Amino acid sequence: MVVKPVLSAVDASRLVHEGDRIMVGGFMDCGAPHSLLAALHAAAPKNLTLISNDTAVHDLKTGRITGTGHLVQSRLFKKIIASHIGTNQETQRQMNAGETEVELVPQGTLAEQIRAGGAGLGGFLTPTGLATEASVGKKVLHVEGKSYLLEHALKADVALIKAHKADKAGNLVFHGTARNFNPLMATAASIVIAEVEEIVEIGAIGPDEVHTPSIFVDYLVLADRLEW
Amino acid sequence: MDETTISYTPNKEIIARRIARMFHTGNVVNLGIGLPTMVEKYLPADLEILLQSENGVMGLVPSGPGHGDRDVTDAGGSPAGIRLGGCYFDSAASFGIIRGGHVDYTVLGVLEVDQEGNLANYKVPGKMVPGMGGAMDLCSGARVVIAATVHFQPSGASRLRRRCTLPLTALGQVDFVVTDVGVFSVLGGRFHLTECFVPYTPEWIVAHTDADIVVAKEILAKEIS
Repeated sequence: MVVKPVLSAVDASRLVHEGDRIMVGGFMDCGAPHSLLAALHAAAPKNLTLISNDTAVHDLKTGRITGTGHLVQSRLFKKIIASHIGTNQETQRQMNAGETEVELVPQGTLAEQIRAGGAGLGGFLTPTGLATEASVGKKVLHVEGKSYLLEHALKADVALIKAHKADKAGNLVFHGTARNFNPLMATAASIVIAEVEEIVEIGAIGPDEVHTPSIFVDYLVLADRLEW
Repeated sequence: MDETTISYTPNKEIIARRIARMFHTGNVVNLGIGLPTMVEKYLPADLEILLQSENGVMGLVPSGPGHGDRDVTDAGGSPAGIRLGGCYFDSAASFGIIRGGHVDYTVLGVLEVDQEGNLANYKVPGKMVPGMGGAMDLCSGARVVIAATVHFQPSGASRLRRRCTLPLTALGQVDFVVTDVGVFSVLGGRFHLTECFVPYTPEWIVAHTDADIVVAKEILAKEIS
């Protein structure tokens, strides 16, 4: 069994280059790869496109910033594709000021776009968003008397994901609601970096227990922080 | 009661209490963020339902096993727990459950809701652009959509409208609207008032709502506690 390289968060962050399209797992910081995000924030490659459920927290009144919120504040993104930016006032400010392009996508559509991207599909048909602003510019198709929006698949150059533990081969196990977008993103990027809290021997995770098969994971990073 | 003596006071608790009695044992229910989350507190003790949360959990409980674990949250990112027999899944599976019609009820917050069953709850252009999160999927997929809201906007206008003016979350998907003055079902392009909460009367509600309301023949006047 091929053993996956274990990198420091700093070395792993260098795999993200200027202009890359990146996926970042997590749902409001739960299941976000905080060590990788902190290292990427320090490396500061510019003109990135972010694909993520949300942009974590930035409260302009209290100054509290978490997770990807730090990267938004440092202007690493030229474009953000997300379903919810309500907890990050700075993302909203940049969007309204025309400083950063923000594409808001229904959460189920975003998840399925990523799943489709990793599953070799060009897209899918969904009733979600019909007759709303989310349907603007999209094709409406009719199947067996029902209307659907045609949504395209999403892929990325690099996925930064977080799992609870990995074996040395890269098989992943998630924990609680920290799973969210992480297993989907593991399938949809050219380079997949998994930050984990524990790396165990091959065989220590039984084949029935694996959530994400090792073949999707390119590099492992041992978490040095669980919050940021 | 004489109409002129009725004065309105916003009351979110009465909304949560009433909605908590709309479910049946065995139902799968998704409660949105904000006011809908309050519903959980008032669920009858003998009611067996499963709370689904779009961040990937079936059997969510506000506290209990898992509570305090940073990896267990609700859809608002707040700490949560999971009941015995519950399970976790990824976001694609979660929205497969939602779009696939496997959620019986969803309760969602409201900016505006109209008599065609249209809901606007995710955007005030130029002012508030939080994004739709899972709300559009929940509207299109849940079997029954309940809109939960105080009856009036801060300006004094009713949140029940003839036509929504804000960007829509979903077209024609709302089945019931529960406010702090009564319960409305949406049918045939009209609101049908089926219950009014003491002290509000059908006449008062019709006079103070900017929408077409049909008052049910056997309307119930309810004291909600």
